[in-house]
Amino acid sequence: MAEKMSRKPYVREMTSEWIFRHPRYLRYMTREFSCLFIGGWTLMMVWGLKQLAEGPAAWAAFLEFLKSPASIAFHVVALVFAVYHSVTWFNLTPKALPLQVGEEFVPGAAIAGAHFGAWAVLSLAVLYFAGAF
Amino acid sequence: MAKSNKPIVWGPFAAGGTLTAFVTPVLIVLTLMAALGHAPDLLAYDRLHAFAGHWLVQVAIAGVIFLSLWSAAHRLRITCYDLGVRADILVATVVYAVALAGTAASVIYLARI
Amino acid sequence: MGERTIEMEVQRYHPEKDSEPHFQRYSVTCREEWVVLDALNHIKETMDPTLSYRWSCHMAVCGSCGMMINKEPKLACKAFIRDYEGVVRVEPLAHFPVERDLVTVIDDFMEKLKRVRPYIIPKQARAVADGEYLQTPAELKKFKQYSMCINCMLCYAACPEYGLIPKYIGPAAIALAHRYNQDSRDGGREQRQEEIAATEGAWECSFVGACSEVCPEHVDPAGAIQQVKIRSMVDWYTEHLMPWLKK
Repeated sequence: MAEKMSRKPYVREMTSEWIFRHPRYLRYMTREFSCLFIGGWTLMMVWGLKQLAEGPAAWAAFLEFLKSPASIAFHVVALVFAVYHSVTWFNLTPKALPLQVGEEFVPGAAIAGAHFGAWAVLSLAVLYFAGAF
Repeated sequence: MAKSNKPIVWGPFAAGGTLTAFVTPVLIVLTLMAALGHAPDLLAYDRLHAFAGHWLVQVAIAGVIFLSLWSAAHRLRITCYDLGVRADILVATVVYAVALAGTAASVIYLARI
Repeated sequence: MGERTIEMEVQRYHPEKDSEPHFQRYSVTCREEWVVLDALNHIKETMDPTLSYRWSCHMAVCGSCGMMINKEPKLACKAFIRDYEGVVRVEPLAHFPVERDLVTVIDDFMEKLKRVRPYIIPKQARAVADGEYLQTPAELKKFKQYSMCINCMLCYAACPEYGLIPKYIGPAAIALAHRYNQDSRDGGREQRQEEIAATEGAWECSFVGACSEVCPEHVDPAGAIQQVKIRSMVDWYTEHLMPWLKK
């Protein structure tokens, strides 16, 4: 006996609540938000270039601005986000660039580790040549 | 369905993401040190002015600024969409314009050094 | 073995009488080793025969029983009751229309799988008399992990981009295309590029990585998608900057 089949598929609306569905989405959003700080710091440096081009007085004023509490706070937060970007980026690199040597694939940890190592060496070199220590 | 032209914007994003992953933290440390009153030697006016006067350094600085701003802009565009902002073309135009403007400004300032 | 009574909140939707889904609560006494699927079967067999859901193998190989369990995409046959505390909320797989109760409309997914041409497209026509393809273990390893997909759609439920952009071709479809692109017997990458290098292909991915995290077979579709992006980008720049290079 045939009862008329009634199909009425229900489409669930997609709101921004997906961000809170699981910690991994919050971590993703944190990673994405690093762009505001990396971009913001870079724009600050563009302004610094302007001051550098205008002469010693302007550059001194820029250095004074850097010393303001707001700037210090921004730097600390920006550094945290920049490091988070680096860590997530290097950890994801092996997924995007798998390396097959012979039959086996180089373990992801080795590829990521090489990036972290290069990052450390490069950072120390920059600090050294900038006269930071 | 035709192949997308997304690589135009994604290429610099990927390059910028890699570059900022390597250099941005240490550069922030340098300016943070300056902010805390312990500016590294390189940030003294004379040394920095001389350093940034070299054409090769200027190309490098402009390149770093372009890739940093572009990758941040691209990521911000994606983030806006993730948060429900549907006007993607508008957002893209604004963010990429800011990245290009910042790059142009830095080139102009570098030329004056 | 021990027993535990749990509260389950299951999403119900009968299109012939409901205008929208609602939740129904069941008290289920579970054996210690039960999975959520066992609890659902117990509900259907002893309490409420009207509950509808897909399942088949009960051993995480068929991909039928994907659902949202406490907001996480899981195979119901692989979600152990002992891992849950408090109320267990069961909903249909996210980002798909709900057909009935826990059954989703999967037509979009099926159509997308077909679009990526998931079969060997030989580089040259080959007769049976030419014999079999020879493939080294190294060549097999290049694509084997991407062939393990059981089409369970957990990755589509985990992917926020698919939820936000229904036209996005999605993780499993791209991983499947990648499986064939990486196969030494195949010569069809260019054809598949029309689908996966399109805007609705790999470019909608923002590398959230949720797809790979929820995949029960460790296919790593996120990795496949990034590899497609990089290869497509190299193709694009080669084509546009060095058009004299023959493919």
